[in-house]
Amino acid sequence: MQWETVIGLEIHTQLATRSKIFSGAATAYGAEPNTQACAVDLGLPGVLPVLNREVVTMAARLGLAIGAKIAPISIFARKNYFYPDLPKGYQISQLDLPIVGKGELEIELEDGTTKIIGVTRAHLEEDAGKSLHEDFHGLTGIDLNRAGTPLLEIVSEPDMRSAKEAVAYMRKMHSLVRYIEISDGNMQEGSFRCDANVSVRPMGQKELGTRTELKNINSFRFVERAINFEVGRQIDVLESGGRITQETRLYDADKDETRPMRSKEEAMDYRYFPDPDLLPVEVSESLLNEVRASLPELPDARRNRFIEQYSLSREDASLLTSSREMADYFESVTQVSGDAKLVTNWVMGSLSGALNREGKEISASPVSADMLGGMLKRISDNTISGKIAKEVFEAMWQGEGDADAIIDKKGLKQITDTGAIEAVLDEIIANNPKQVEDLKGGKDKLMGFFVGQVMKQTGGKANPGQVNQLLKKKLGL
Amino acid sequence: MYQKSIADQAKGLRAKEFSSEELTREYLDRIKRFDPQLNSYITVVADFAMAQARIADERIAKGDAGPMTGIPLAQKDIFCTNGVRTSCGSKMLDNFIAPYDATVVERFNQAGAVMLGKTNMDEFAMGSSNETSFYGPVKNPWDTKTVPGGSSGGSAASVAARLAAGATGTDTGGSIRQPAALCGITGIKPTYGRVSRYGMIAFASSLDQAGIMTQTAEDSAMMLNVMAGFDERDSTSLDKPVPDYTANLNNDFKGLKIGLPKEYFAEGLDSGVASVVEAAINEYKKLGAEIVDISLPNSSLSVPAYYVVAPAECSSNLSRFDGVRFGYRCEDPKDLEDLYTRSRGEGFGPEVKRRIMVGAYALSAGYYDAYYLKAQKIRRLISDDFKQALNQVDVIMAPTTPTVAFNIGEKVDDPITMYLSDINTIAVNLAGLPGMSIPAGFSQNLPVGLQIIGNYFDESRLLNVAHQYQQVTDWHTQIPKGFE
Repeated sequence: MQWETVIGLEIHTQLATRSKIFSGAATAYGAEPNTQACAVDLGLPGVLPVLNREVVTMAARLGLAIGAKIAPISIFARKNYFYPDLPKGYQISQLDLPIVGKGELEIELEDGTTKIIGVTRAHLEEDAGKSLHEDFHGLTGIDLNRAGTPLLEIVSEPDMRSAKEAVAYMRKMHSLVRYIEISDGNMQEGSFRCDANVSVRPMGQKELGTRTELKNINSFRFVERAINFEVGRQIDVLESGGRITQETRLYDADKDETRPMRSKEEAMDYRYFPDPDLLPVEVSESLLNEVRASLPELPDARRNRFIEQYSLSREDASLLTSSREMADYFESVTQVSGDAKLVTNWVMGSLSGALNREGKEISASPVSADMLGGMLKRISDNTISGKIAKEVFEAMWQGEGDADAIIDKKGLKQITDTGAIEAVLDEIIANNPKQVEDLKGGKDKLMGFFVGQVMKQTGGKANPGQVNQLLKKKLGL
Repeated sequence: MYQKSIADQAKGLRAKEFSSEELTREYLDRIKRFDPQLNSYITVVADFAMAQARIADERIAKGDAGPMTGIPLAQKDIFCTNGVRTSCGSKMLDNFIAPYDATVVERFNQAGAVMLGKTNMDEFAMGSSNETSFYGPVKNPWDTKTVPGGSSGGSAASVAARLAAGATGTDTGGSIRQPAALCGITGIKPTYGRVSRYGMIAFASSLDQAGIMTQTAEDSAMMLNVMAGFDERDSTSLDKPVPDYTANLNNDFKGLKIGLPKEYFAEGLDSGVASVVEAAINEYKKLGAEIVDISLPNSSLSVPAYYVVAPAECSSNLSRFDGVRFGYRCEDPKDLEDLYTRSRGEGFGPEVKRRIMVGAYALSAGYYDAYYLKAQKIRRLISDDFKQALNQVDVIMAPTTPTVAFNIGEKVDDPITMYLSDINTIAVNLAGLPGMSIPAGFSQNLPVGLQIIGNYFDESRLLNVAHQYQQVTDWHTQIPKGFE
């Protein structure tokens, strides 16, 4: 039987506020355990939450970026359950009236087509602390630094039909939250993680199959692997006559498998109710206008502009706009050097290669946009050749200065003096009579031989185009 | 000095007739002498109080004193006090010392008031007789066989017996007004949001309000001047200017319209209480007030609605007492489940457990709409009743309680009867309105309270109405026998 996979994702993205969602404690990652937890985070008797207004603005940014309606009034609710790293015995979240309503996100598939993925809602909530099971000799340690860190949970419609689509959606959302500067998206630190709801159904069937929820997946690779494993498992169960149990499953990356955490029967009753300590969150039209005005150009709009303004292919434009830093970098370089096509080749070629090689983000590139632009200008004005430019780029990467200084210091300037090139050429012609004859006889390929020889003798500093011309002139071709 | 009101003590301190140290010493001596009969304090902080009194005297000497500087007060043991145990009347917090001051406590400290100690209360403020306290029941100084009311029973008894010049209380369903009535003192529950809840251990967040218990309305006004006001640490506190509550005390209220809701004078009202309240109303007529018969038709729904909303919120508010970070933890827990079950099972008393269970039930899937949502709808109906009534009249008056103080042990095994002792006070919390109780006389030799209910943020008027009555009556100055 042909099976169709149906996937919906719940993405938890940590909002990049300096202080927590309901307290003044810092949110910075990696501090000593329990040094960033104040009385409110500890859930001491008598403390009260006070909303950090910054999270409202951030949620509104996401809402506007995905074309969603922002609720003029949304409500915080308590989700009640006991766990040692949940200090109050409830998590403050949103249930009935989330701040962000229905929106959508366009993803690009491998075959170059696009697909719209619906976003059901996004709501604000606080993160819990961490339980530490090692190093405590059979006891459990609790670190409440993370307790109260603001999260935006973005819930998609079950619109994805393969693990690849799920990854494309997750990547796109990851790029978006960083673009609009509401999250650092750091997946190692847990700033961006997701749960996947996965089901399968016979191809053509309307009703959804029974789903399982895969918990807390924190890398693109794991999302793909976890879903693929789960889809395979569900098909195996169904094809051998079994039934899927609605349950929560944990993905174990080491074993590359999912296994049950709890079933629907064991599902907790969270006894949600509106949090009486917090007022309804009001988002005024004027705040929305402010947020709208402060949003940067969004990735899709920017991609389209790149295609038009710089005559780039859709593929190149998509890649260049996949992160805001990359797109900003590209535009800065282009402003300095002018030739967008050349910039594209360098940004996606040598620069990306070097960044990947050293695992660096573009924002930490030792070669700034100005430096790269300065160098590309020297290619365009024939000061250096593309080949020499590779050497100049390496030197800039190593911190030897900007392009002009390196060209100067290393004497890499192209020889444009016709006389000098002619002298070299004359010598080569004299030393290679056989090749001269063959070339004259129509063996055009030998042009390359002569140009190569000149380049070799000038240490690459001759302009190949110029050499070509002079050679043709000399031999009367 | 102890017979004096706070207003008179403040004058005496200013005039250097006595010092705060002398005044504080007198109260500490009285506590030592009389409190063993009453059990109104859980913790007395004699050294701390004397140190604060000395600082107050210095401030007075320097001319840097406010009206409350040097006045010895008691704090209900529900307010967190930095470095001093805050038990909330529970075994669960018997070992709990807060690392911070509640906003109310902080404001009294800034005003230079002296804290004598922390008063006894029903466990987590859940009770109407002070019998649910882990520290044992408080006794009513008017008759130590009877209850002082609750949950602020310790505060009420200590003020009635003059073991503190004034005390703080909290009122979720009547916990200030009911004990004030049963102990013959003045109590005010301000409008919800008027006083910060920060640092006040939560029972039912949407109903809890801090307030005051004193001999006189004027004293309440002086204390409210310190307590009231916006606090950025409490999102439900209102950012609204605070008037000087003592400014209008002497206003003439001729033509004041007093509404008498027929539902509060119906079946179940003790005849002795009824005649005392009637006499008080007559006094108001003499003072120039106009009496209007009104109706609050949904009154009978207030107790059931309250006993859904309050337990629902408490079931969640009390989840933090889990034996993990602070408070009581059971011995040698086997595992996490055991840690939770036994710490909570052993740390909470029966009334608290009953309310947690009722509340968890009311919030659970499948019952939420029928209980919690319905109760919220009733709450709106009750608010609307008051809104309509207060369009016709300036204040509403009624008996604070249907009976005088009952005997210790009399209702403790019958929660429904116990819950009904708050029948006249609960609706005010559901609506979030300010309410007072003032001493209006005696029935069977026990005090009777007159309840005065006003519009939102109309505390000044309530205090004025109460103060004018206290200018022509002396119920508030009487001291129970044996405590002179």
